Amino acid sequence: MRQDTSYDVASLRRDFPILAREVHGRPLVYLDNAASAQKPKHVLETMNTFATSEYANVHRGVHYLSGAATERYEEARVRVQRFLNAAHSDEIIFTRGGTEAINLVSYAYLAPLIQPGDEIVLSIMEHHSNIVPWHFLRERQGAVLKWVEVSDLGELDPADVARAIGPKTKLVAISHMSNVLGTKTPLQEIVRLAHARDVPVLADGCQGAVHGVVDVQALGVDFYAITGHKLYGPTGIGVLYAKRKHLKSMRPFQGGGEMIREVTKANVTYADAPMRFEAGTPPIIEAVGLAAALDYIDDVGRERIDAHEQALAGIAAKRLKEMNGVRIIGEARDKGPIISFEAIGIHAHDLATILDREGVAVRGGHHCAQPLMERFNVSGTARASFALYNTQAEVDALIAAVHEARKVFG
Amino acid sequence: MDQGLRELYQEIILDHSRHPRHFGAIADANHVAEGHNPLCGDKVKIYLSVDANDRIKDVSFEGRGCAISVASASLMTEMLKGRSVAEAEELMGGFLLLVKGDDAQTLEEDDRERLEVMAGVSAFPMRVKCATLAWHAMKAALDGKGNTRTE
Repeated sequence: MRQDTSYDVASLRRDFPILAREVHGRPLVYLDNAASAQKPKHVLETMNTFATSEYANVHRGVHYLSGAATERYEEARVRVQRFLNAAHSDEIIFTRGGTEAINLVSYAYLAPLIQPGDEIVLSIMEHHSNIVPWHFLRERQGAVLKWVEVSDLGELDPADVARAIGPKTKLVAISHMSNVLGTKTPLQEIVRLAHARDVPVLADGCQGAVHGVVDVQALGVDFYAITGHKLYGPTGIGVLYAKRKHLKSMRPFQGGGEMIREVTKANVTYADAPMRFEAGTPPIIEAVGLAAALDYIDDVGRERIDAHEQALAGIAAKRLKEMNGVRIIGEARDKGPIISFEAIGIHAHDLATILDREGVAVRGGHHCAQPLMERFNVSGTARASFALYNTQAEVDALIAAVHEARKVFG
Repeated sequence: MDQGLRELYQEIILDHSRHPRHFGAIADANHVAEGHNPLCGDKVKIYLSVDANDRIKDVSFEGRGCAISVASASLMTEMLKGRSVAEAEELMGGFLLLVKGDDAQTLEEDDRERLEVMAGVSAFPMRVKCATLAWHAMKAALDGKGNTRTE
């Protein structure tokens, strides 16, 4: 792949103070970005400035700071709307993270619709956060989970999704990008096929939104869940995008302050979306931090970040494949910069421990995707995932560390 | 190689993990329990055959896991055979001290020497649970608890 010579990774790295530290006396090589990304100074300073000069609770007081904080919070909503290209800002609901966003759909949208025997279609490569909320509906209301398999390469055939949809299907819940295999799913096509059968689609965009440009209107999805901390933003903040046409029929999620219109001793009426789904004091500082993170990403440029990450992941995958006894799991033609691999005869945790001593942080384990581990008949994998600040030298360090592990295990 | 790693992955540990002793079920087991570490998905099942005098006649394990958890289980089965239940529990107590960096003076000299190969794990706090999984499962089996978890 052609390198973008104007992409100054050394300068970008200076924006992330943690990247300068050492681990076990070695320079940190942080390749666990799919679990959580590091935060640029811009995000940390924006949150700090907001907290030290403009902070108060939102949507409540009449005093100056309350108004200022409310404005920043609502600006953050509009910033997310722009990032996802949603049609309306009231389609953006702030949550505690991606998990809460999916649970919100399960509780507020789907649960009231589910009769025993109704079906939810999902793929075998979902993260537990896009499995367990549907298991709740199976346990509590008799819903049936219909699993769509992936090929040996880790690809998902939209025709298989279409075949899994039946007259009782109430939702298709599918990842936009697998957190284990890196597979990008053909979301637009899945949405087209599902909508032809009048079935809405929820996409787990926790990885998909990090790599490349997401346009929820072009995708046509009904629900799209993202999390802030993988987008170089803070923890404790996520977003559910929900199409306006669903918002009216969705019942409230948690009950509390801010989500009401009026409360009397006998009755309660609810605020409109998005407030209806944001009970209690929301993560205000985190929302402002998320907006700063999206600014940072767009300043660097999403296409350029994507090209940089793809180039690195391509080199890493090629070099891992050249090693004896290393197997890559997930070789979809269309995939993001997430590489799962195993070194034959070395358990993922031993591998991750040895890599860690070389300063290389990777994830080892089942990645909260146990059905997928079963599909590929592994107890776990090691996973290297790339971010905008990773370098070719770090790919070299990864490969050297895997060689070291091979030496330890003979 | 890093000194900590050298101590963690000693040859004897690698040997136990590649060629686990007493691997597989035993037919006349009267105490069985499964240990599960939900964080990593590792599973180990311990079989014990305990006679009327509370002596461990036979012991075995099966399961899957990292080199540390398999080696620890294998080493444990080697050391338990022929001991009384009370002695097994004492051994476990000493082992738990060792893997947390204590010199485990409660252990008999011989036992301490044999278990010391696992002491390197004390420098890897994230991995101590791997080393203790089989031992907790063994205790659960003796206590009749059926299964246990470390996380």
